[in-house]
Amino acid sequence: MSVGAIAVAPGRVGAPRHLGIAGLILAVVAWVITLPPMLVRTAVPSAIIGVLAMLAGAIAFVGDERRLGSGAIGLGLLAIAGATGNTNSSVAHLKVVFTWSILVAAMLRYATPLLLAALGGIISERSGVINIGLEGMMLMGAFFGIWGADVLHSWVLGCLVAIASGALLALVHAWFSIHLRANQVVSGTGINFLALGITGYFFIADYGSNGTPSGISQVPGVKLPLIQHVGFFGGAIGNANLLTWIALLLVPALTVFLFRTRWGLRLRAVGEKPRAADTVGLPVLRTRYFAVVASGMLAALGGAYLSDAFVGSFNQNMTEGRGFIALAAVIFGKWRPVGALIAVLLFGFASALGDRLPTFSQSAATLFQALPYVLTLIAVAGVVGRSRAPASVGIPYVKE
Amino acid sequence: MSTLEEQTQGDVLAGEEDGGSASLTTPARLGAYVRRGGVIVPILTTLIAFIAGGLVVLVTGHDPFSTYKAIFDGTGLQWVFPWVTGSARSTAAFNLQQTLIATTPLILVGLAVAFAFRAGLFNIGGQGQYTVGGIVSVWLGSSFAGLPPVLHITVAVVGAALAGAVWAGIAGALKASLGVNEVISTIMLNWIAIWAGVYLFGLGGPLQDAHQPSVPTSSSVSASAKLPVFWGNAQLQGLHIGLFIALAAAVVFWVLLNRTRLGYEVRAVGLNPDAASYAGMSVARNYFRAMAICGAFAGIAAAMDILGWKFSLFTNDIQASSVGFLGIAVALLGRNTAIGTVLAALLFGALQTGTSDRFLDPSVFNPNLASNLTWMIQGLIVLLVSTDVIALKVLHSGRGVSLVFKRRAAREEAGR
Repeated sequence: MSVGAIAVAPGRVGAPRHLGIAGLILAVVAWVITLPPMLVRTAVPSAIIGVLAMLAGAIAFVGDERRLGSGAIGLGLLAIAGATGNTNSSVAHLKVVFTWSILVAAMLRYATPLLLAALGGIISERSGVINIGLEGMMLMGAFFGIWGADVLHSWVLGCLVAIASGALLALVHAWFSIHLRANQVVSGTGINFLALGITGYFFIADYGSNGTPSGISQVPGVKLPLIQHVGFFGGAIGNANLLTWIALLLVPALTVFLFRTRWGLRLRAVGEKPRAADTVGLPVLRTRYFAVVASGMLAALGGAYLSDAFVGSFNQNMTEGRGFIALAAVIFGKWRPVGALIAVLLFGFASALGDRLPTFSQSAATLFQALPYVLTLIAVAGVVGRSRAPASVGIPYVKE
Repeated sequence: MSTLEEQTQGDVLAGEEDGGSASLTTPARLGAYVRRGGVIVPILTTLIAFIAGGLVVLVTGHDPFSTYKAIFDGTGLQWVFPWVTGSARSTAAFNLQQTLIATTPLILVGLAVAFAFRAGLFNIGGQGQYTVGGIVSVWLGSSFAGLPPVLHITVAVVGAALAGAVWAGIAGALKASLGVNEVISTIMLNWIAIWAGVYLFGLGGPLQDAHQPSVPTSSSVSASAKLPVFWGNAQLQGLHIGLFIALAAAVVFWVLLNRTRLGYEVRAVGLNPDAASYAGMSVARNYFRAMAICGAFAGIAAAMDILGWKFSLFTNDIQASSVGFLGIAVALLGRNTAIGTVLAALLFGALQTGTSDRFLDPSVFNPNLASNLTWMIQGLIVLLVSTDVIALKVLHSGRGVSLVFKRRAAREEAGR
């Protein structure tokens, strides 16, 4: 039952694997050539490239690269369908939807809360505790972030309140799963329900049916003086939010922490072989407590971004499963910050695309709201190569 | 990692190994009894959760006693008291009918989650399975008008069950073939189902009601597909026969699990997949079968709601529904047994009715607050059930708790 406990033999680099990756790349190419700036107006080249992608996937599949293979086949099919759709729609529409700088900016906006939560999830799971409660901790941050900014008239204090609320809820999860040795998945689910109730209760109690007021101090964007007005880059990252930059900078920071410092080594040791870590004198339980609380803080900061920077208001259950997408990103990224970054950018891109599709059809656009979730499902199922969870994730540690 | 089921079973074994002797202390014996699946832990868990909820009510400046009293008055459960007479009795009867209407799907989604737990799977996807069941039952129920009622109802219910089974089966198949964690896949399938429903019945959607082009809703279920009402006035939303279907499903659940080969295999896989596979059972096939059965239960739950009292499906209803999530608390509180699930469903059905804006007096407590209070209570119950230790700690001093820990530690060591 542990999240992503997919135990597979060590990797064997061979032709099937390369073919599978080539299939994935070909599928993307098949789709991209029908978009601006290339704008191929017939689906034939895409169909040929897509079929090639599926062929490569099929060979990879037969060659025991089942995940990559099925991923390439699925993506190839999607690409052909997407390319056919593109060639049947007007150039004007395509140019509106696929304005790349706007798409990239939106992708970063959608990816930021996911990234913060996913980084938290990595810390927690690396220490050996599954954190299904990421969703609830995000929700806490979302409500208390904007509440704090409203009451204390400062987005800085709002973020701090959010972090504190996430830490508090994480502490509950830590206590249950570390101290009381609860079933971590069940306890995390309880945390999610609890957060839903707490945030909803205080939201109604404080703001009633009017919702959060406008004019609350919001996390500002960072105007980059040099490239702010430079074409694509200006539109894409020239005015990204402060928390987006913080989240992006946390990726290398956490990578260095996990893999280049002694504390990171200890954290991983506790998650892999707690008995051995204990034997050499590492405080297993305390390390896990710190990790879970840190994950709650990061997830809550992601939630605060959602309410106090992205949307500018709070509504009940506004995280809408983002904590779980973050969890999927952890698995997709093989418990590494850079991998998680790639995953959340992918989901962010899907969301950004879904946002711009009403240009074509209002009702079909509704359907595209499901795109990030479908993509998460496909990503976790198909594209993930050989991912291995930390050995002791989900297992409570009993000191001798 | 061990499932709840495994822990409970393990505790039972541990309790029996050293439980027979009279030398054990009273708390230890009580603890062993509780862990054998007694009713004390669930009751204590519920009490603790309600007290904690009451504290929140108190802290936010309301009177917890009058709040809980108002919620209880809304449930209609006072109907069972013989001294309630006259108009109070008829009001109570009506309210109780609503409570039982809410209990019906909760029993079924509770069974959906419980069956997965017994297979060692965590089905958070009850909501999505319920949603696709609702979509299919409202579609079948509003098409084919004029079929004989029994046939029409059967078609709609079986269709919903199949839809739920397919939806959950996707997660089961992904788990079985690729090892995709069912928690993530079922959550994603929930959202996909919800957005698919909003698309189908939303404005401009393919199944949106043609008679009211500006309302995002489905067509109405035709008379031949409506479930008969057996208590109360059918015009005023009396109690439909879905309750009996839900109770029958609980019996089916018990028989399936305890008296069939399939159930034996599912339980064996749930307790220890490695041992089951060594004994020649296909773990993958049982994961798939278990999930499909779960989905069928959840799909039927939706059919009961659609054919019993909703009769159509609004898109905002699809988005706001939380029945499937309640099923998790229902199953856990009911300790994943048939009878426990039925009782826990009644508790949450009553809570749902008692806190709804139709039945809770807003001058006592804002129903919007109360529904969030339900979430909190639900969360606390799930949290508390994730470890029985807290309830035990309340039962007696810290000694019993350390005993449980020692025993668990010994077992984990032995299992290593």
